[in-house]
Amino acid sequence: MKFALQEIAEAFHQDSGKNVRISYSSSGNLTRQILQGGPFELFLSANTHYVKQLYQQHKTLDQGVVFASGRIALLTHKNSSLQLDEHLSGVKQALKTGQLQRFAIANPIHAPYGVAAKEALQQLGIWKLSYPHLVLGENIAQAAQFTSSGAAQVGLVSYSLALAPVLKTTTRSLLIPASLHQPLHQSMVLLNKAGNTSKLFFDYLQQPKARGILFRYGYSAP
Amino acid sequence: MDWQALALSIELSLVTLVFLLPIGILFGRWLAYRQFIGKALLQTVLALPLVLPPTVLGYYLLVVFSPNQGLGLWLSNTFGTTLVFNFEGLVLASIIFNLPFAIQPMQRAFASIPREIREAAACCGMKPGQVLWKIELPLAWPGIVSAMVISFAHTLGEFGIVLMIGGNIPNETQTIAISIYDKVQAFDDQSASIMSFSLLLFSMLTISFTYWLSDRSEHLHV
Repeated sequence: MKFALQEIAEAFHQDSGKNVRISYSSSGNLTRQILQGGPFELFLSANTHYVKQLYQQHKTLDQGVVFASGRIALLTHKNSSLQLDEHLSGVKQALKTGQLQRFAIANPIHAPYGVAAKEALQQLGIWKLSYPHLVLGENIAQAAQFTSSGAAQVGLVSYSLALAPVLKTTTRSLLIPASLHQPLHQSMVLLNKAGNTSKLFFDYLQQPKARGILFRYGYSAP
Repeated sequence: MDWQALALSIELSLVTLVFLLPIGILFGRWLAYRQFIGKALLQTVLALPLVLPPTVLGYYLLVVFSPNQGLGLWLSNTFGTTLVFNFEGLVLASIIFNLPFAIQPMQRAFASIPREIREAAACCGMKPGQVLWKIELPLAWPGIVSAMVISFAHTLGEFGIVLMIGGNIPNETQTIAISIYDKVQAFDDQSASIMSFSLLLFSMLTISFTYWLSDRSEHLHV
């Protein structure tokens, strides 16, 4: 979401003259900070569970909305000879021959894209095969970084990261069918401390211009 | 309680000590007794980990050991692996990270041995090795032990660098500090609090042990 959000914030600044300051961290970290009175006005997360938790603890103005849907993609270094396909048969083959040693995903214990990656691997029946080779990123960006640096030969990351210009120059990627995992709803909610600018930005994120940017980064309508 | 992660952390700390003990004695003694060109520069470099954020070291290790170029490429071609995502990599990082914690107390301990004692020993016909073994080490050992204990506790608590280059692999790079972080992220407060409290107790015990040892040795010498 980072690269897409940066672009949306710039467009918002041009259109409204107002600035937003964005703090990026895992949903778990941010939820904790908000629960403990962190100075945030708007919360965006790929995990609806955290949004619900904040709502139940009366930290939000309402229940929030889903503003986009995310996808996952298979990523490898552009010099890698690995074959990328929707059913991961190239990956499966490389795991069996020992050519593939390290497979990066985000930590499925707490990162939503890690959960989706695990679901996809389970659906394809290669979770057990890949498990001993998994390296877990603290978040999805770290999993992508592991892959783009070549430290891990392949990764399952968010499609939006795979499309980001910095990664496009060093990697190849392939979109994974949405049917292989639970939908990755991107939620947002205005928090009790929300001011005028945050409310405008909240609306802006649901308008065609922001939708267009989100679409370009591989997100679909909710 | 994640016993596997605790055991791994203790193993990492012990292996680190095996390397740091000779390194510390060698450098500590050298810096305490000798004057040479570039000593100030060497001391500066050795003290760097005191002030550098672990992320800086983590970043350089990632760059150096990236299997796409230079040393990382050579390592991966020669040994089929590099030092990212494995125990050996964490050992190397811990050694570097603990250099000042190991060397500085030892340097002070060696420096506090009066020159006349060492010269008297040499005049009595003791060889340099005998002087080290029979005179210097017995006099410097409180400094050596406290250097080791501090390095041990410091490795146990290492977090940032493990998060950056470890990849969170159970029984390989998933240390107790990382495990606690994951539990906190997943809002598993019960496990997090048990593990944090155990680590707190363990650290207190370790440090009180050093103080007890150094008190005792001072009584012996006085």
